Amino acid sequence: MMSNQLAILQVVIPLIAAPLCLLVRHAKLTWLFALTISALCSVIALLLLQQVTTHGPVVYALGDWQAPIGIEYRIDVLGAYLLTIVTSISTIILLASSSINKSELSKQKQPLFYVAYLLCLTGMLGIIVTGDVFNLFIFIEISALASYTLIAMGKDRRALTAAFSYLLVGTLGATFILIGIGLMYMLTGTLNMHDLSVRLVELSQSRTLFTAFSFFIVGVCLKLALFPLHWWLPNAYTYSPSVASAFLAATATKVAIYILLRFIFGVFGQEFSFSALPLQNILMTLGIVGILVASTMAIYQKNAKQILAYSSIAQIAYMILTLGFNSHNGLLATLIHIFNHALMKGALFLALAAVMYRIGSMEIKQFAGLGKQMPWTFAAIVIGGLSLVGIPLTVGFISKWYMIVASLENGWWPVALVIVFGSLLAAVYVWRIFETAYLQTAHEPNKQIKEAPLRLLIPVWLLTLANIYFGIDVRFTQNIAELATQSILGSAM
Amino acid sequence: MQSNELLYVQLAILLPATAALVLPLFKRRPNIRETVTLLASASLFLICISIYSTIDFSHQQSIVWLTILPQLTISFSVEPLGLLFALMSSLLWFITSIYSIGYMRYHHEKNQTRFYQFFALTMTTVIGIAFAANLFTLYVFYELLTLSTYPLVTHARNQKAKLGGRTYIAILLLTSFLFFLPAMVGTWLVSGQVAFESGGLLSAYTSELKVIAILLPLFLLGIGKAALMPFHRWLPAAMVAPTPVSALLHAVAVVKGGVFAVLKVCVFIFGENLIAMLPTTQLLLYLAGLTVLIASLIALRQDSLKKRLAYSTVSQLSYITLGALLANKTGIIGSAMHMVIHGFSKITLFFCAGAIIIVTGKTKISELAGLGQQMPITMSAFFIASLSIIGLPPLAGAWSKWWLLLATAEAKQWLLLGILALSSLMNIFYLLAIPLKAFFTVPTQQISVKSDIEAPMPMLIAIITCTCLCFIFFIFPEPLYELASSITHSTSGQ
Repeated sequence: MMSNQLAILQVVIPLIAAPLCLLVRHAKLTWLFALTISALCSVIALLLLQQVTTHGPVVYALGDWQAPIGIEYRIDVLGAYLLTIVTSISTIILLASSSINKSELSKQKQPLFYVAYLLCLTGMLGIIVTGDVFNLFIFIEISALASYTLIAMGKDRRALTAAFSYLLVGTLGATFILIGIGLMYMLTGTLNMHDLSVRLVELSQSRTLFTAFSFFIVGVCLKLALFPLHWWLPNAYTYSPSVASAFLAATATKVAIYILLRFIFGVFGQEFSFSALPLQNILMTLGIVGILVASTMAIYQKNAKQILAYSSIAQIAYMILTLGFNSHNGLLATLIHIFNHALMKGALFLALAAVMYRIGSMEIKQFAGLGKQMPWTFAAIVIGGLSLVGIPLTVGFISKWYMIVASLENGWWPVALVIVFGSLLAAVYVWRIFETAYLQTAHEPNKQIKEAPLRLLIPVWLLTLANIYFGIDVRFTQNIAELATQSILGSAM
Repeated sequence: MQSNELLYVQLAILLPATAALVLPLFKRRPNIRETVTLLASASLFLICISIYSTIDFSHQQSIVWLTILPQLTISFSVEPLGLLFALMSSLLWFITSIYSIGYMRYHHEKNQTRFYQFFALTMTTVIGIAFAANLFTLYVFYELLTLSTYPLVTHARNQKAKLGGRTYIAILLLTSFLFFLPAMVGTWLVSGQVAFESGGLLSAYTSELKVIAILLPLFLLGIGKAALMPFHRWLPAAMVAPTPVSALLHAVAVVKGGVFAVLKVCVFIFGENLIAMLPTTQLLLYLAGLTVLIASLIALRQDSLKKRLAYSTVSQLSYITLGALLANKTGIIGSAMHMVIHGFSKITLFFCAGAIIIVTGKTKISELAGLGQQMPITMSAFFIASLSIIGLPPLAGAWSKWWLLLATAEAKQWLLLGILALSSLMNIFYLLAIPLKAFFTVPTQQISVKSDIEAPMPMLIAIITCTCLCFIFFIFPEPLYELASSITHSTSGQ
């Protein structure tokens, strides 16, 4: 039956579609093709989500080789939740990408862009669905290599160095992950996650396992740009093509956090993870420092994309902080913020892409007076920015609420203060954009800058309205995140 | 009957928002645009009046708009204090609309459509605050009020406006994020809900007294719009706004939204018994008293007319906070009445300040000598409104001062009684000095008459109406008192 094959189709469709783009070789057609594929993927993701929430986890044995011998794909609520986020954001971003790419990439490069884009998507989806650790490594590499390519395509020459330093860090991270996986294999002789989680329980005293754990966690933290392993991210987001930055900012780090969740709570087990290392202290400290330092650095940036890039590092730190609480509500806050942050950053980066499309620059200085000339684009930036700050009736507020509740229920007043202080810092850096756009007069008042075209405004506003809609109607996010939290904590017991 | 009243409430919230959406359509036709504003504000007031005339406080109902999280709903209901606030704000919106037509046109302000638009939007959030049925709804509209007034404060779009706007938004967001929001979460964690309840939501949780004792100062500092020191700087900073904005927003809507929230929290979240029990209350009372004194002292030294009025507002707001913290019924009656009466008196003063700017272009008090001859009506109105703020009969201010003084005596807070008396004395110095200077000092140089002798007609109408209201509320304080005292009735109903 078709529905049994959904798990594999989720990965195989974009994987096959990627090289097919090369055959088409026509900018507009490849775009249409990639868009269709991505839309198809999001339909599959939604079907999977529905299936998982009603019937429980989906397990698929590749080539009918049963696990632990063969590779197993396993999708639970958490996985389906992330699949939905990644595919739908990817689709909305692709919707806008045609005209943005046309202005930023040469005609020959555009089909290649979509090849890399689809491969990157494949990698991320693969990471989420797979139940095999080596397979996981392969998908990590697929998505990483594709994203180096995407970043290197940036118009600015600094994109090359940005891509190169990302490549160095990414390879380092992947090597660490591989060492971790190798050690685990050495200990247990299995690569299946489910199998590993059962066998590792007996080995909790082993020093090798401790080493494997440390390597693996550090490797993943490099990937998700956890402060202080973040320095590759700002340039990578700033100089890459606008579509790529929107896509990577909204999804890539979320997937890395997913890996972290999977391994801390699933494979290694909650008990081992939080006792082998002082993981709670480490994650919370890094989270708090990350929030404060990255937000402060965002304030001093001159480039709008760079501001958002540092803001992303801060937002990741938020997720890691609440993850470190190791409590039900903390985890819930992390999961809700994964979704909400994808919406905020998706909307903001896409709106900036529309600005880039018109003025060809991301320097804040150049934004002077644009509030009047591009009213709709900047209205979207205002709403996205306010959502980032956490004003009520936007998704940002929902995240903030859950984070504060999670910290106050443990009696951690200072942590709650850091969380709200972080959002004040966010207010400062988004306000810099608002002030320039609305309160300063244009440098060349006679120069006519038109509003972004409708085909850009529609996807921008889809994401912007989603920021408001999911800030008011929290049922979807909350239900799914609640189920996912239960399944994560359940599997740990 | 009941559903009727809730229908009106929703209408009252949606009406200004609709006006804000409609206004841009008439961008090129200022006359129609102003008519729409006037119509909207007049009908808003009529709606509030009809709620007032049909309301029966004995069985309250509420309507839920949205359920955002369990127990966190956007919902509305009518209670006396909120109705009082809504009545005052809507009436003054109407009067200010008349006034702003004169001001904006004669001052040749730019972007007038945007101005009226955000003004209407602000009123939506004000009405939302007034009828909020729980703390969460209040918080949401409180934040929206901050945001919707920001474009008005920075209306001039110059460097000064930018800096003033920065202080404004920074302090208001800082206080609400750092204190108000955690305080609300704390309330939620203690009691599992955030509803306003007569007698005080938290009064049933006296076992958590330690936490609640921290929540009270968090709330009072967090509601930065009440301008308790040291978080008062936003108010003088906001004076960069056009005068009608300063008048309505920073003498009525925004600041009174702040003290209204303080009153709501004190009466319906804590309740007077709990407030009397908390160890932190006394400290906060002294902080409020200190704010009254220091702000008056600063006001004395201000030469800029609008700044002096702003500091005077800071000091008067703390009267209200003080009354709310005294934990007796008299204090709450006094505070509620002072909220309204100070609103009417202070808006008159701001209107006069705006008229002076329009006619003479003067913003400094030291330049006002001899202005009494040129603008007799404006300066007389200024004189009368000053008397009302000082609290002298036959003006409305006398009543609220009387109740507040009584309340401090009842609570045996003799020091605070002294502070209130002293501050009235200082009011005389910093407010009455202005009209006296205008009437009885001979100008050093000939006044250069800019255009008219007196202010434009719409502005004069607004000024005279407000001045008359200061008299009327002295002679007929009955409706005010009834509403104010039924706040505590529903409190003691428990």
